Amino acid sequence: MNQDYGDNILTLEDVHTYYENIHALKGITCTVPKGSIVCLIGANGAGKTTTLLTISGVERARRGRILFEGQNIETLPPEKIAALGIAQSPEGRQIFSRMSVMENLEMGAYLRKDKEGIQQDMEWVFSLFPVLKDRYRQKGGTLSGGEQQMLAIGRALMQQPKLLLLDEPSLGLAPKIIERIFETIQEINKNGMTIFLVEQNAHMALTTSDIGYVMETGRIVLEDDASALLENKEVQKAYLGE
Amino acid sequence: MDFSAFILQQMVNALFLGSIYALIALGYTMVYGIIELINFAHGELFTAGAFIGVIVLSGLQQIGWVETHFVLTLFIVFGLAMAYVAVLGVALEHVAYRPLRNASRLSALLSALGMSIFLSNGMMLSQGVSDRAYPQVFGLESIDFFGAMISHSQVFIILLAFVLMVGLQFFVHRTRLGKAMRATAQNRTIARMLGINIDQTIRITFMIGPALGAAAGVMVGLYYGAVRFDMGFIFMIKAFAAAILGGIGSIPGAVLGGLIIGGIEVAWAAFLPSAWKDVTTFTVLILVLYLKPSGLLGESEADLRV
Amino acid sequence: MLGQEIKKLVIYTIFLAIIILPMLGFTGGAEFQAERAFLVFGIGVALLVLNLIVKVIRSHRPPPDHDKPSLPERIGDRLHRIPKIFTLGPLLLAAGTFPLVANNYMIDVGITCLIYVCLGLGLNIVVGLCGLLDLGYIAFYAVGAYSYSLLNLTYGFSFWAALPIGVVLGMICGCIIGYPTLKMRGDYLAIVTLGFGEIIRLVLNNWDDLTAGPNGLFGMKRPPLYYPTIEDGGLDMVTYYLTSLPGLFYFILVIAILIIIGVNRLDKSRIGRAWIAIREDEVAAELSGVPTTWLKLLAYAMGAGFASVAGAFFAAKLSYVNPNFFLFMESCIVLSIVVLGGIGSIPGIIIAGFILIAVPEVFRELEAFRMLAFGAIMTTMMIIRPEGLIPASRKKREFHRQRDEAERGPQ
Ligand SMILES: Nc1ncnc2c1ncn2[C@@H]1O[C@H](COP(=O)(O)OP(=O)(O)O)[C@@H](O)[C@H]1O
Ligand SMILES: [Mg+2]
Repeated sequence: MNQDYGDNILTLEDVHTYYENIHALKGITCTVPKGSIVCLIGANGAGKTTTLLTISGVERARRGRILFEGQNIETLPPEKIAALGIAQSPEGRQIFSRMSVMENLEMGAYLRKDKEGIQQDMEWVFSLFPVLKDRYRQKGGTLSGGEQQMLAIGRALMQQPKLLLLDEPSLGLAPKIIERIFETIQEINKNGMTIFLVEQNAHMALTTSDIGYVMETGRIVLEDDASALLENKEVQKAYLGE
Repeated sequence: MDFSAFILQQMVNALFLGSIYALIALGYTMVYGIIELINFAHGELFTAGAFIGVIVLSGLQQIGWVETHFVLTLFIVFGLAMAYVAVLGVALEHVAYRPLRNASRLSALLSALGMSIFLSNGMMLSQGVSDRAYPQVFGLESIDFFGAMISHSQVFIILLAFVLMVGLQFFVHRTRLGKAMRATAQNRTIARMLGINIDQTIRITFMIGPALGAAAGVMVGLYYGAVRFDMGFIFMIKAFAAAILGGIGSIPGAVLGGLIIGGIEVAWAAFLPSAWKDVTTFTVLILVLYLKPSGLLGESEADLRV
Repeated sequence: MLGQEIKKLVIYTIFLAIIILPMLGFTGGAEFQAERAFLVFGIGVALLVLNLIVKVIRSHRPPPDHDKPSLPERIGDRLHRIPKIFTLGPLLLAAGTFPLVANNYMIDVGITCLIYVCLGLGLNIVVGLCGLLDLGYIAFYAVGAYSYSLLNLTYGFSFWAALPIGVVLGMICGCIIGYPTLKMRGDYLAIVTLGFGEIIRLVLNNWDDLTAGPNGLFGMKRPPLYYPTIEDGGLDMVTYYLTSLPGLFYFILVIAILIIIGVNRLDKSRIGRAWIAIREDEVAAELSGVPTTWLKLLAYAMGAGFASVAGAFFAAKLSYVNPNFFLFMESCIVLSIVVLGGIGSIPGIIIAGFILIAVPEVFRELEAFRMLAFGAIMTTMMIIRPEGLIPASRKKREFHRQRDEAERGPQ
């Protein structure tokens, strides 16, 4: 931590997103420095998932700009955004349940042509999550919750992204597995990947991250170094249960 | 013919009819799997394939190719019919289904129904209301198979259907595009996040499914010796029953369902008044939907895809 | 932008050529009928070019104001707002005087229109109000027609005695079809109703002993009217059979008006609102205590009952029925009426019934293109105006609703 991050890989400027007439994001502005782990915490329904979906292009920003490596991406479709180097592990372990673990990972590498690189990354994912290796022929739908979460992260890693978006990787998992997952997140980051993490588990998220944003009902209400947020009285009261 | 030969004969007939239903059912299942829409116009695509088949075959017969280049002729007939219907399928998707991809299910269904009515009447206007005869290219000889008589055309059709189904299975499970198709069917949003162009995968589904239906159309024409503009209707119902019976969205399910429906129909016609055989198919369809809507190989209601 | 549009035009033209030329060129013999094929192809290309021109012109104009309702919507709103007396009065007058000025052929067409309006209104309960796609609706029409025919021919029942029995039979059939489909999703429902419709037709076709099979039944009595006379000092009832076309026209007109009133009442009643709640969101309706099972069955039964009335009248009017009057295409025609009129909109359905039935009758040369046009209209309507010609005012929104991706469920 506390390293020099260089440029911002991702910048959101006054992003507004709607579901029909529900105003879900009311002007989000935030930055993700290259090489960092940034987390976005907030209560259920605050708009965290919507933020990630808007970055990925699944939901459309009605107003505002999203810059990825200096390029405007807010009008691009999701497949183009993926091709630029943004991968997302979506909320709720959305894996391909009728495909094998292996096929799920292969789908992650859909856009890649470098056979050897794919093979290497596959090995790497298996070393991060050995349990996936044991079950590589099993159908995704037959995995346990924790294994599905690992598979979703692994699939995103197979995209070899520059920016990895993680939506609540700890959701519904046992404490031991949560720890394992956050360790892995740091390991991935050490390999040079920028990570934008969304969490309700504020404590884990803030201890893992460099920078933190706090979100409430569609707005960012606080931003600071993650360590500072950990010390922040309001944050402690609202999100850390102290 | 003794009884065992009779039974064997009926089994061959069932296999033959079942293969045809299976090919059509595959089109339903693939389209349903990927956009959750019953493609009501699928029966008409099947009929269009049969018409193109008879057009090409008549042309080739006139220049004498049926005698001189028999295999090549069949190849061209099936190839052109399938290619034509693939084009038609893509056009159909683009015009009638794509604009409604996010609309309510009722709107999409009605749009599909509209296209079915349009195409069937379009073919009636262009190709006439009466039967159009298929040139008989297979002759009348049969093979004696343990007492059952199997005509050459039946052998050819069963083999071709088998090859097409194996080819499809290979495409869907072994190729990059085929896997992308399955991924799109299972979760469209995630597929896009992984960089899959779902417009493309949906388009390809609308090429392959209808092309298989077209092949079935040519087979029906070759075997029964005629096509008519409205023959798609009854085949559509039966193939749909097959797709549901097997578990809609499931490719092996469509094949299994096709064989079962073919078997039921042949068995009924062999032993019971054949005027009622279509009633049986409808009844089976309704019973399956009522008792086990996920079908034999469909996994569960929420997970009915390729 | 223009470059892209032109590229699209070229691609579409190639597609059109591939699709149209072989299918329209090679009919009958192997000779290529260039004239016909290229005529249709030319029309297709002209339409594409026209579309392009419209697009280009539009792109040079400011974008349309979305909040302002479109013309048909405004007409619809007007129609809904004008006091009923001003619309209904002249309409009734016109309908009432129509047989006096029209020739027999026109009256006959008018009767057919009214029959289809009745069918459209009945189907509207199932499709429009309750949101259940029924593709076998014509079967209930057949049940009504055959019930009257058989009761009249075998047991000599009069129209009035047979009518309630036919309606009850129709409603029972509606429930038989409705019951297994209650839990089914919309698209399965469509296929099952289609299957039931075909089963009923096939039964009528194959059960020779009862229905005389494909030959059909004939010789049924027309609907009778009774009026009292005083003869020989005692009160007596005279039976008068409606044999003239104007008489039959007034008869079906009265039936249609009664159905319109009934459907209108239903639409505004608690039941109607509950149906709409089911259509909008079945789960939510169920959670808020709407007895969805019963209401869906009721919708089927009511729709079937109305069709049955129309069917009985049809059989009595023609004195002849056979199974081929009840083909799948007929279900499609009725559905087209509901769709074109605006799903759920009573005035829309009445107008659409007249347009779809009368126009092809009047332009006889176009008869062959009728179903072709129906199909094209159905698809086009779904794409550009899913709410129909005259939208029912409150129902506009949900047809434009985006289907939620989340509806696909977690994987
Ligand atoms: N598909 C949707 N349709 C309508 N509203 C939605 C949809 N998804 C989320 N919302 C609403 O948007 C807001 C933000 O939701 P979300 O981004 O999922 O929050 P979080 O991920 O922080 O829990 C919530 O009020 C939620 O109800
Ligand atoms: Mg969330």
